[in-house]
Amino acid sequence: MSERLTVAKTYKLYVGGKFPRSESGRSYPVRDAKGGFLANAAQASRKDVREAVVAARKAFGGWSGATAYNRGQVLYRVAELLEGRREQFVAETSAGEGANGKRAQAGVDAAIDRWVWYAGWTDKIATVLGAANPVAGPYFSFSVPEPTGVVGVLAPQASSLLGLVSVLAPAIATGNTVVVVASQDRPLPAITLSEVLATSDVPGGVVNILTGRTAELAPWLASHADVNALDLTGAPESMSAELERSAAGTVKRVLRARPTEPDWTAPPDISRLRAFLETKTVWHPKGT
Amino acid sequence: MWEYAPAPESRDIANLRPSYRMFLDGEFVEGGGEPLKTVNPATEEVLAEVSTANSSDVDKAVKAARRAHERVWGRMPGAERAKYIFRIARMIAERARELAVLESLDNGKPIRESRDVDVPTASAHFFYHAGWADKLGYAGLGPDPRPLGVAGQVIPWNFPLLMAAWKIAPALACGNTVVLKPAETTPLTALVLAEIVQQADLPPGVVNILPGAGDVGAELVGHAGVDKVAFTGSTDVGKIIQRTVAGTGKKLTLELGGKAANVVFDDAPLDQAVEGIVNGIFFNQGHVCCAGSRLLVQESVADELLAKLHARVSTLRVGDPLDKNTDVGAINSREQLDKITSLVESGEAEGAQRWTSPCPLPEKGFFFAPTVFAGVSQAMRIAREEIFGPVLSVLTFRTPDEAVAKANNTPYGLSAGIWTDKGSRILWMADRLRAGVVWANTFNRFDPTAPFGGYQESGFGREGGRAGLEAYLDV
Repeated sequence: MSERLTVAKTYKLYVGGKFPRSESGRSYPVRDAKGGFLANAAQASRKDVREAVVAARKAFGGWSGATAYNRGQVLYRVAELLEGRREQFVAETSAGEGANGKRAQAGVDAAIDRWVWYAGWTDKIATVLGAANPVAGPYFSFSVPEPTGVVGVLAPQASSLLGLVSVLAPAIATGNTVVVVASQDRPLPAITLSEVLATSDVPGGVVNILTGRTAELAPWLASHADVNALDLTGAPESMSAELERSAAGTVKRVLRARPTEPDWTAPPDISRLRAFLETKTVWHPKGT
Repeated sequence: MWEYAPAPESRDIANLRPSYRMFLDGEFVEGGGEPLKTVNPATEEVLAEVSTANSSDVDKAVKAARRAHERVWGRMPGAERAKYIFRIARMIAERARELAVLESLDNGKPIRESRDVDVPTASAHFFYHAGWADKLGYAGLGPDPRPLGVAGQVIPWNFPLLMAAWKIAPALACGNTVVLKPAETTPLTALVLAEIVQQADLPPGVVNILPGAGDVGAELVGHAGVDKVAFTGSTDVGKIIQRTVAGTGKKLTLELGGKAANVVFDDAPLDQAVEGIVNGIFFNQGHVCCAGSRLLVQESVADELLAKLHARVSTLRVGDPLDKNTDVGAINSREQLDKITSLVESGEAEGAQRWTSPCPLPEKGFFFAPTVFAGVSQAMRIAREEIFGPVLSVLTFRTPDEAVAKANNTPYGLSAGIWTDKGSRILWMADRLRAGVVWANTFNRFDPTAPFGGYQESGFGREGGRAGLEAYLDV
């Protein structure tokens, strides 16, 4: 008896809760750590970037306006579904990153736990960063953190799942919506993650994932007038400064890349939550 | 209507000197740049000659600040830093009247404002931040907050002393040293502040004040020895600075322009709202980045409100900044006056209905009568661009949703106002307005404990409060 032929998956983009191919019709081969063919991924274009930004903007009001409790539950639900597909992610990251079974498993476990960690932050970050301001006058003044808006994220190039989750989860936990450019050479876990997001309760458009050439897509995100912030973590080093200059055109908040990709297995802190938050201060007089 | 007798504050109190020098490494020294003449905008007479920095002075100042940071200030226990900063707060208060008169002379703002707002708030800002210097671990920004190093700071002319305080106080409290460039047209109070810094016996190099024009500012923010850049000013210049700083790793905070919506609902106490609208746009001649320059009125009360507004604005006294009865002082410079005039002309050309207060204006000096435009549409320049003058654009809305949409229809996002008697509506609006500061049933309130700063193209980073410390810490 011959072995059954597996059904291979078509990897597409994830925009506005749907899975379109690139409007450009382009794709590129994704290879495993040893150079073997894994799949074709969609090669997104400038127009795909723009459509993803439109989707992210459209989703922003609902997501940022959802209660923090609700966002926490939604993020936790992602962890639940990820747990259920643990083996698939272990296989995918192992193939793409060339990690052995044990390391791949640890990476996926850490990614699941990271969703849980950030899920718990959604309804606490305002307590930690907000304040009742003791102003010198008869006024009630308070400050609250609010999401920056649409964040363009250049996902880490090496760590295709744990790294991705580590930059994605904090950005959306606080109510931002994102356009993510996945790891160029290791995009498959990102697309599989988008299937998890689509079937969890994350509203369409909150997370948009593009695969393709980072160097081609990043400048469009950096210069887009409706993108409020830019995470350069996965930016090619040679492009970082130029992307930052371009971001200045609309005074984007820029989270700079470190010279080397961080160790994503290290316990996170709240700096990534802080990076895409604004502080709003509200005043009202006191009196009778 | 009352007739007012003149009640001028004495200009002698300013201790005005014929010349001022820059403050570098603890000494007042002659700068290498071309000296500038600073002008009283209310009379157009030269107040004093001020030495300016050249690029070698900037270099010296940054190096002095670096030395001071490495050898003294950065390693000093926070409790000791605190006491220096408390001293500055006290000495500003001691010299409050002198500083207020000098500020009004150099800037043109009414003495009432410099006396009651600028100078006391500047002192308060140092007092507040002094207390943080040995408590930074409690700021919730991480277990081991560290100073950044040398801060290069560039400030505008609208609140010269207050902006210097907003920049210097948190920087020092967090253990940084400072090179600050005051605005070209208003260098004097910053140099008196330098005198206070000297009298407070701060170690040389901890604070350096280098007057000059934009080129000195560009030199400073571009200097490789600067770890942190803080800028308050126009969005255009802010973008240039963000570009300059890109790729250098310098930490940056920007406090830029605004086009704030001041939203009045039909249930608002209209007389109170009128006071707030007037304060929102005519405070400091409208030279306020967070000025309530777009008035959004609910259609059903628009006529009534506008009539009340005209009546109230007609009573504003425009004139001698040193007169204690003056409400609106001088426009800071000829250049700014030209800009206001040209935007007002565009408003007329684009079809808005102009109303200008019939108040008398002084014959000399830079003055602009308070002006209100009705029938403004969102596409007009006077609804989109920051005028930075005593000019209000009035638009109308019908529903709360429309008010939110119009208020947020701007690339800026610094401040906003809400006027209504309904508490739940205030909180609903406050949630939806994309602005860093929201004043409800009040306007233009500032306090060192309350974070201030913008959304979107109004900049990033906060000044004041716990949130403001992040701008000067490595966390």
